[in-house]
Amino acid sequence: MSSIISVANLSKTYGSGFKALKNINLDIKRGEIFALLGPNGAGKTTLISIVCGIANPSEGKVLVGGEDIQTSYRKARSLIGLVPQELHTDAFESVWATVSFSRGLFGKPKNPDHIEKVLKDLSLWDKKDNKIITLSGGMKRRVMIAKALSHEPQILFLDEPTAGVDVELRKGMWEVVRTLQQSGVTIILTTHYIEEAEEMADRIGVINKGEIVLVEDKATLMQKLGKKRLTLHLQAKVTSLPESLSQYALDLCDGGETLVYDYDTKGERTGITSLLSDLRTAGIRFNDLDTNQSSLEDIFVDLVRTS
Amino acid sequence: MNHRAIRAIYLFEMARTWRTLLQSIVSPVVSTSLYFVVFGAAIGSRISQVEGVSYGTFIVPGLIMLSVLTQSIANASFGIYFPKFTGTIYEILSAPISYFEIVLGYVGAAATKSIILGLIILATAGLFVPLHIHHPVWMLAFLVLTAVTFSLFGFIIGIWADGFEKLQMIPMLVVTPLTFLGGSFYSIGMLPPTWRTVALLNPVVYLISGFRWSFYEIADVSVSVSIGMTLAFLAVCLAVIWWIFRTGYRLKN
Repeated sequence: MSSIISVANLSKTYGSGFKALKNINLDIKRGEIFALLGPNGAGKTTLISIVCGIANPSEGKVLVGGEDIQTSYRKARSLIGLVPQELHTDAFESVWATVSFSRGLFGKPKNPDHIEKVLKDLSLWDKKDNKIITLSGGMKRRVMIAKALSHEPQILFLDEPTAGVDVELRKGMWEVVRTLQQSGVTIILTTHYIEEAEEMADRIGVINKGEIVLVEDKATLMQKLGKKRLTLHLQAKVTSLPESLSQYALDLCDGGETLVYDYDTKGERTGITSLLSDLRTAGIRFNDLDTNQSSLEDIFVDLVRTS
Repeated sequence: MNHRAIRAIYLFEMARTWRTLLQSIVSPVVSTSLYFVVFGAAIGSRISQVEGVSYGTFIVPGLIMLSVLTQSIANASFGIYFPKFTGTIYEILSAPISYFEIVLGYVGAAATKSIILGLIILATAGLFVPLHIHHPVWMLAFLVLTAVTFSLFGFIIGIWADGFEKLQMIPMLVVTPLTFLGGSFYSIGMLPPTWRTVALLNPVVYLISGFRWSFYEIADVSVSVSIGMTLAFLAVCLAVIWWIFRTGYRLKN
C-alpha cells in the first residue's frame, strides 16, 4: 500500500517555547485505520492540527496525497475531513444547513443526495431540520462527523471520537468507521482507550512528549500480547543456572532470587511442565510463582514511562 | 478561486443577519429615528441653517455614516470573533480556501449588511426631512467604500480580540468618539480655529465630509482629499490583514 500521508522531520514549538512536536516522521498507508495513542498533552492534537492546516509547523514537511500542505494547500486539504476533539458546533443553524455549509466551504457543488446519505448513515436524518443547540452531545458528535464527510474526503481524522460517548454509541461509531474504511477512506483516530485501538486499528502509533515512540502493525503487537511471563520466586539465591536448564530461555533476576521465563500461550507447547520438572531435578526450589500476560496497555504504559 | 466557499461563508453570515433581523436592522433604524427626533426636531428647530441647508437635512449624511461605521465594525468583528470563540473556526482554517477568499466572504457579508442598513436609514430620513442627493453615484461609492473599509477594520478587531470586552473596546472608546467628533452633527467650520486643526486629524471627518458633499455639495475638506484618505485607510487595513494571515497571528498559533 502506498502512503497517503507522509510526515517528515516535523517539529512544532509554540510561542511560549513549549516544544509540542519533536522531529516527527510518520507515514500513513492508503486505506488503513491508524490509531494514534498517547497520554494527554503528548502532541496528538497538534500533529493533526498541522496536517489539517489549523496550526503552522515550525519545521518539517507534510505531504497529503502527494501534495505539500503548505505550497499546495488547496489540493491537500480537499482530501481531508476533520472531526476535532471538542464539540465545536454552531448553535442556531439546522443540521442540514451546517452540513451543507461544510460541503460548500470545501468547494464541492451542491449534492443533496450525498448529504442525505451521510445523515442517514449517521442516524441523523430525522434531526435534519433541528437546530444544533437542541441536540444531545452524542448527536452533536455525529453532526461533526457528518460535516467532515460532507465533501467526500479520502482521509478522515477523528480526534478522540468516542471521548465521553456511551458504550452503545461508541460501538455504533466503530461501525461507521468500519463502513467508511470499506468505502476506501483512510482513517486516523486518536484515542485514550486502548480497547478502541485494539478493536479498530490496522496499525498503532504511540506518541509521547512530542515524539513517536512506536509504530507497529496491530497484528505484530497482538503477537507480543500472546506472550506470557512465568516468574518463580526462589527459596535460595542462585548465582548461575546448571547446564541442564540451558534449553530454556531463562533470566535470573533480583540478584538470583527470581527466575523469569517467557512463553507463547499460542504455541503448541509452552514448556512449563518440563521446565518445572527439570528445575526439581536440578534442585532449585521456589516459594511462589506467578504468571502474567502483557496487554497493549502494559506495552503502552512501559513505552510512555521509559520514553 | 474557491467561489463556492466564498458563497458558503457569505450566505452563512447573511443568514445570521436575517435570523437576528431585529437587532441587525430594526434597532439601528430605531436609534437613528431617535437622533432625528432629538437633534433634528427638538434641537434643530433652534438652529436655523448650516451652509444653506436646514439642520435636520444637514445631519442626514452624518447619521448614516455613524450607523454604517459602527455597524460595519460590529458585524465584521463579531462575524470572525464568534467562530474563534465557539471553536468552529477550525473548519474555516482546514478548508481549501485562501485568506483572500475568507476575507471576501466575511467582509463582503458585513459590508452588504451595513450598506443595506445605510439605505434603510436614508429612506427613514426621507420620512422626517426633505432630501435631495446631488451625486447619487458618488453617494453610493462613498457608502460602499466606507462599508468595506470599516468591515475590514472590524475583521482585524475580531481577530485581535481575545475576549468580549476587547471586542467592544475599540468601537466604544475609539470609533464612537471619533464619529461624534467627526462632524456628524455639525460642520467643522463651526469650530474655533484650533479645534478645527485638531479635527482634521480625525479620519472620520474626511468620510463624513465626502459623503455630505455627494448629498449637498457642501464639504469641510475637498472631495479628492476625502477619497484619498478613505483609500489610504483601506490600504492600511488590507496590509494589516495580509500580515495577520501571513503570520497566522491569533489564528494559527
